[in-house]
Amino acid sequence: MYAIAPATQLELFWMMLFIRRFEEKICEVYGAQDMKTPVHLCIGQEAIAAGVCAHLDRADHLTTTHRGHGHCLAKGMDPYRLYAEFYGRTEGCCHGKGGSMHPADPELGISGTSAIVGGGIPTAVGAALASFLRREKRVSVVFFGDGASEEGVFHESLNFAALKKLPVVFVCENNFYATGSPLSSRQPHPEIWRHAAGYGIPGLAADGNDVLAVYASAAGAVARARAGEGPTLLEYTTYRWKGHVGPDCDCARGVRPLAELEAWQERCPVAGFLKKLLEAGLVTQAQYDARLAEMDARLDADLAKAKAAPYPEPHALHADVYHQRS
Amino acid sequence: MPWTKIILDKSAALSKLTEGGLRAATYCEALCEAQAQLLETDDAVFLLGEGLDEPGGVFGSIAGLSERFGNRRVLDSPLAENGMTGIAVGAAMVGMRPIFIHMRMDFLPMCMDQIVNHAAKWNYMTGGRTNVPLVIRSIIGRGWGSAAQHSQGLHGFFAQVPGLKVVLPSTPYDAKGLLIAAVRDGNPVMFIEHRWLYANTGFVPAEMYEVPLGQGVVRRKGRDITVVALSHMVWAAIRAAEILATEGIDVEVIDPRTVRPLDAGLICESVARTGRLVIADVASPSGGCSAEIAACVAESEAVRTLKAPLRRVGFAETPTPCSPVLEAAFYPDHTHIADAVRACMQA
Repeated sequence: MYAIAPATQLELFWMMLFIRRFEEKICEVYGAQDMKTPVHLCIGQEAIAAGVCAHLDRADHLTTTHRGHGHCLAKGMDPYRLYAEFYGRTEGCCHGKGGSMHPADPELGISGTSAIVGGGIPTAVGAALASFLRREKRVSVVFFGDGASEEGVFHESLNFAALKKLPVVFVCENNFYATGSPLSSRQPHPEIWRHAAGYGIPGLAADGNDVLAVYASAAGAVARARAGEGPTLLEYTTYRWKGHVGPDCDCARGVRPLAELEAWQERCPVAGFLKKLLEAGLVTQAQYDARLAEMDARLDADLAKAKAAPYPEPHALHADVYHQRS
Repeated sequence: MPWTKIILDKSAALSKLTEGGLRAATYCEALCEAQAQLLETDDAVFLLGEGLDEPGGVFGSIAGLSERFGNRRVLDSPLAENGMTGIAVGAAMVGMRPIFIHMRMDFLPMCMDQIVNHAAKWNYMTGGRTNVPLVIRSIIGRGWGSAAQHSQGLHGFFAQVPGLKVVLPSTPYDAKGLLIAAVRDGNPVMFIEHRWLYANTGFVPAEMYEVPLGQGVVRRKGRDITVVALSHMVWAAIRAAEILATEGIDVEVIDPRTVRPLDAGLICESVARTGRLVIADVASPSGGCSAEIAACVAESEAVRTLKAPLRRVGFAETPTPCSPVLEAAFYPDHTHIADAVRACMQA
């Protein structure tokens, strides 16, 4: 068994909790209708972002999706720059041009986020190709959903990454739904990790609600990429608690069965791991309460600051259509 | 000026250049030389595309580059146009300068998602934090029954998209200078060649140089009428102008060279002087670049000087047929341009 140091376990937990609270704050304010960007929340899926990104260095490349807040935070993005972006402010990470679906922070290896399903997968392979051509040790990690594994670019990207043994880790967050369409009505063989075999690369699946299982399985894939041994396909099964977009749950509209959601909520990645940590004595209730209060205070302050930050001038509309050569 | 001059006849071009002590090269050789020099001088540049390893690759336009620079700089690609475009875009986003090559422009619609939704948008969506220094070379085919899927001019699609630049070089000099400028530009550039230009000869300096994107050029000065021509039609326009000169019609030929951004100022200034306009494109006219050129004149003061309705010359409004008889009916040449000019002069 892969032994995970207690300090690492705690870091994983705090990151999951941070992502959870970041998203819940959006739910709290979204009803005011002044955060005018479609938010695709990752509540319920936090263990994957925390467990995979814990292996990445600042220089490593990360590519995510429209449901990418958690990945960006786990890679080190400033929550204020994200909130400001969601409010359409100049201090947002994309100066108000991108919104919730397109966060970027090139200094952290997040060069840009696509909201076209599967669109970011070749982007990540391209970053890995750059590492390969420059003989760098930078790893490229790409997150995508089960729906993206049906796209042509998923297969085209796996093929080329395998062919050139590129340093990329493909991470499928299988939450069993593409908006409201269930996986069973879209794919004949729902085990997405098995696609790896067709390209001669390792593929494996793990419980995406168990952060230790995610951390342990991602370790080998990232190490393999960094060693120049090529790509790996990881599949993590999980469940999103909110609807495809927005802070509400789609079960009320009959999109997904409520009993299914409740069963997955019983397996909450955050609460489940907290229980284990408390039982193991790695954290006390008082320490948890204090850290939670600290996070909430920070996120509340970031949110308030973002909401008060200046909007772009209208003429900024025309800026940045093209890169200006220096 | 030798760098803007088009001499239609190859042997005449060669003797004229030799006489002036100027270096001659074909359009194809100019492309190849530009890529060799870019590979030599910038480690970030690499070539990517299907069939790049084949001897005489891409109609000779990358001849010898694979052998010379090796398979880390000249990468043969799987047949996966959209995915490979995304991979080229991803590499460009982290500072590489890929040149992605398509032997036929008709394969670009397979890459539309990565070109239109991604390459064209990254700089804007990221508030200018991530630019995409990517050049996509493609070639418009013509003739020998190439038919509907090997002969399209789709530059109009791309010219519609903010964030892309669209270049159509017509001479060997511009093929080299525009390609070097495109690679150094830092934006996604659709670099659209024409197969029937490959053997054309002109002045090409040995050193590296740039032709700025967004600047058109007057290929032939004239008083009576402006012909704005793109790509292969520039040569047809020069041929038409030489015939029309014998009829006493003095034609000005303008080559915009890029259609996004379009050098509207050069076009409108010429029309304001001549008062007549014919537009000749390597595509069907409707909804395309010739429509855009017409619109930019219509929106300018130059429209008030028009003495006759403008006319457009382009492909028939049909897919390209195979039969040589139908093909001849489909394509315009210098005679169609000359006819359009005569009609404008009589109106």
